Amino acid sequence: MKVESRFLLFLSMFAAVTASIYWFTSYEDAGSVMLLAVCLLGLLPGGYYYWWSRRMTPRPEDDANASQSDGAGVVGAFPGSSIWPFVLGLGAAMTALAFVFGFWTALFGLTLAISAVIGVIVESRRGGVH
Amino acid sequence: MSSQHPGVASNRSCRRRAVLRKASVPFALLAGAVVLGGCKVPTFGAFRGATTQGHAEFKLWVGLFIAGLIVAIIVWALILWAAAAYRRKRPDQMPSQFHANIPLEIIYTVVPVIIVAVIFYFTVVTENQVDAVSRHPAERVHVLAYRWGWRFTYENGQGRPQGVTIQTTAPPRALALPATSSQYPQLVLPEGQTVRIVLDSNDVIHELYVPAFNFGRFAQPGHTNVFDFTTTRTGVFRGQCAEFCGLYHSEMLFSVRVVPPATFGQWLTTEQQRQAKQGATS
Amino acid sequence: MTLIAERPAVIGHPEEHEHGRLGVLGWLTSTDHKVIGKSYMLTALAFFLLAGVMALVIRTQLAAPDSTVVSQHTFNELFTMHGSLMLYLFVGPFAFGGIANYFVPIQVGAPDMAFPRLNALSYWLYLTGGLTMVGGFLTVGGAADFGWVAYAPLSDAVNSPGAGPDMWIVALVLTGFSAIFTGVNIVTTVFYLRAPGMTMFRVPVFTWNMLVTGILILIAFPVLTAALVMLWADRHLGTHIYTVAGGGVPVLWQNLFWFFGHPEVYILALPFFGVVTDVLATFSRKPVFGYRGMIFATISIAALSTAVWAHHMFTTGTVLLPFFSLMSYLIAVPTGIKFFNWIGTMWRGSIDFTASMYFGVGFLVVFLFGGVTGIFLASPPIDFATHDTYFVIAHFHEVVFALVYGAFCALYYWWPKMFGWMLRERLGKLSFWLFFIGTWITLISWYIVGLHGMPRRIAEYSASTGWTTLNQIATAGAFVMAAGVAVFLVNVYVSWRTQVRAPGNPWDGQTLEWAAASPPVHHNFTWLPPIRSERPVWDFNHPDHTTQQVHRKEAATAPSDPAAVKTAHGQDVGEERHP
Ligand code: HEM
Ligand SMILES: [Cu+2]
Ligand SMILES: [Cu+2]
Repeated sequence: MKVESRFLLFLSMFAAVTASIYWFTSYEDAGSVMLLAVCLLGLLPGGYYYWWSRRMTPRPEDDANASQSDGAGVVGAFPGSSIWPFVLGLGAAMTALAFVFGFWTALFGLTLAISAVIGVIVESRRGGVH
Repeated sequence: MSSQHPGVASNRSCRRRAVLRKASVPFALLAGAVVLGGCKVPTFGAFRGATTQGHAEFKLWVGLFIAGLIVAIIVWALILWAAAAYRRKRPDQMPSQFHANIPLEIIYTVVPVIIVAVIFYFTVVTENQVDAVSRHPAERVHVLAYRWGWRFTYENGQGRPQGVTIQTTAPPRALALPATSSQYPQLVLPEGQTVRIVLDSNDVIHELYVPAFNFGRFAQPGHTNVFDFTTTRTGVFRGQCAEFCGLYHSEMLFSVRVVPPATFGQWLTTEQQRQAKQGATS
Repeated sequence: MTLIAERPAVIGHPEEHEHGRLGVLGWLTSTDHKVIGKSYMLTALAFFLLAGVMALVIRTQLAAPDSTVVSQHTFNELFTMHGSLMLYLFVGPFAFGGIANYFVPIQVGAPDMAFPRLNALSYWLYLTGGLTMVGGFLTVGGAADFGWVAYAPLSDAVNSPGAGPDMWIVALVLTGFSAIFTGVNIVTTVFYLRAPGMTMFRVPVFTWNMLVTGILILIAFPVLTAALVMLWADRHLGTHIYTVAGGGVPVLWQNLFWFFGHPEVYILALPFFGVVTDVLATFSRKPVFGYRGMIFATISIAALSTAVWAHHMFTTGTVLLPFFSLMSYLIAVPTGIKFFNWIGTMWRGSIDFTASMYFGVGFLVVFLFGGVTGIFLASPPIDFATHDTYFVIAHFHEVVFALVYGAFCALYYWWPKMFGWMLRERLGKLSFWLFFIGTWITLISWYIVGLHGMPRRIAEYSASTGWTTLNQIATAGAFVMAAGVAVFLVNVYVSWRTQVRAPGNPWDGQTLEWAAASPPVHHNFTWLPPIRSERPVWDFNHPDHTTQQVHRKEAATAPSDPAAVKTAHGQDVGEERHP
């Protein structure tokens, strides 16, 4: 976790420095705000990982001498297959097209999207469809 | 420049010094080109620049082009040499597994930093020349870009209107004519004098671009750009809108005619009278 | 049922996983990163071919003065859609949705992406977004025709009315979310699903680059989405964010767009830097030279790329020239490091010139000059003279052509892994030479005609300009390049008809994907070698030729039998479980 956090914190520090140089040489607000946002984007997860990395015992993937058996066992639950991402994608696209063709496409789109969200929740509860 | 180092030290440091010496060549050439004024050197495809500003850009171009080409050739040579010399000769050939060389890596970090510092210096110097505006321009021209044409309004050095406006008259055609055709407006400038251009647009973004002046600048709604042209020779030069502005963008042409100051004065008076008469009759 | 992925123990046994449904339903419901990755690549290649055909029409139009092959309006649609398809729907999705999706989980030893269903959603948003963009051609007013950068106020409702431009905006919002979701997925996968022993400094350079690309996506795409939402509001809600009339600021669009746009350039390039790094190492039979330097260079490029956006706006007269010029120059330093490291990787190697390696070296040769001309353009005075001319077109096509080399490099390299059969080498090399020759014919004439003052995005020019010959040469070059792409398609067809089976590790590869079967089983691995360096498969296959560093550390203890290495190290670490 240490390298991950340092990587993000480095980006954040870089953005902080450039943001201040940029602001004080140009007083241009749009760019300065965006650079500040980059700083936060690195700082929040980077800081969290840093905080966390000091409290946890190194994971097998952070351990240079770990062997495969250290990580053996459950890695995580991966849904086998699911129709809902497709339905959600279609629903989202149709909803978005409402911004071109008027709100009627959103009726279909939102119906699809909402059923997909319900579908995913049910699927996860039941342990998924395969 | 640096003198020869007759056979010293180990083979390794010698090679390293050779790398450094190679790297110093672009600077020598760059400096040389800039000092020479760039007039004797080839153009590498570019215009020499018919204004003092454009010529400053041209000198920078020559310097950068030579430096860039040298760097490119060195790196290309290294790539192709490595690719050619180390082809696999036997299927079971096993090379040494070296994977780092810290001193070497430091060198090829530091050398580019130096190159960058040098070109940045020349860039800033040139940029200041190109963007400098004179306090006392001989003439001011207010340029308005619009879809799809140009309007040049002449003002004197103090910004007072002189009653001369040159404007695109014909509607855009389906096909472009030569830029100097009477279909398109012509900006007339006095040779050797500094003319202030005040540039804006009343619809979308356009770009006043005169290739022979090595210069383009956006014409924008809501933001006025100001710059100087100090022409250095007479002639007729083509100009064109370079920033895409919609359907007839390719037809948004104009030309620039640079004439001796005396001729310019005559032209201005004739135009004043002609346009005044026109204004009276219409 | 949800599959509970298990990490195979050291000496595993092939587990028979279900392969999911086959056919169309299988494709629609798949959440397997390998299926999604292949779908991405295929879709992206289709958009590449479509945009390539548009390019050929553009070139045909420009091959003669006073040309009327297509109308001005059509021409404007064509270059807008050519650029948009190539950048938004081909390179990025191919690299990040395609190659990264497929190979990042495998290279870190993971069974799948961290969020498989989100991954599938990314693909569907990409596909629907892409079709929406192309669908603009079917509307009454035609597709968007304001260039791929959609500068305000040209893109407002007065100057670009109609459904086509709105579809372009909506399409970019959809594909933008798709990219963001994939970004989240890749970053999480690299942070949380690495195999034991795969420390961050053993992650292959390819995957590192994809990780950094993912972060850049998270930085850049939200800005684009926000800018597009405001553009839509200007067009339909009567706001005046980018229009002067109501007190708006047109140049704000450019600031927002390029704050996305320049990092986007590196979002497109970094993945291929990674591909080429891996490929050069494999075919040189050597470790990556300067592995850590490579990674630091990638991170520095990413960091600097957030602070150079206004080098696209030098001619607006509204930006701080020296700041952006210096920042842009500085990118040359890490890029230079990468070049010397690539050369160092080949240096004194044993280089096998496969088709993939041809494209890898081609990438270096072409990208280099794109970088050099980029340095010219980072100098404001030179940009004043060449901005919006064919010089710029040549500069960035030099770069994007290099990315196409990177794409072919990746395809030839990983095709056997993905499909289980090999592509023909000789056709691959023929395709390379055609593409390479065409590249230079086209680019050199573009550079020169640009210096002679030919602006970009013009539908036609008069013969009095003197640009005719150079344009004809450029068009000829474009068709030679197209022939190169056609040979690739022939290659795929021929190799598919009479298939040569691919072994698991045809190139003596070094990273974990070469420990998997070709193609990999569901959840990728039945067995993993011990991970002791950034090239575990190489270490396993050539225990006497590992990198010196590893050699030195382990020389004392390492027995020559690789199986013993695993157990030897397995003992001294506690039985801690994966969180
Ligand atoms: C056979 C290969 C290609 C040819 C012949 C080609 C040709 C062209 C031409 C002639 C233009 C200029 C249009 C104009 O300004 O009037 C253009 C623009 C452009 N091309 Fe390509 N191109 C090719 C491949 C690519 C690739 C691979 C990419 C990106 C990955 C790309 C991205 C662009 C972009 C972004 C523009 C700018 C569009 C705009 O001005 O809005 N092109 N291309
Ligand atoms: Cu225009
Ligand atoms: Cu950029």
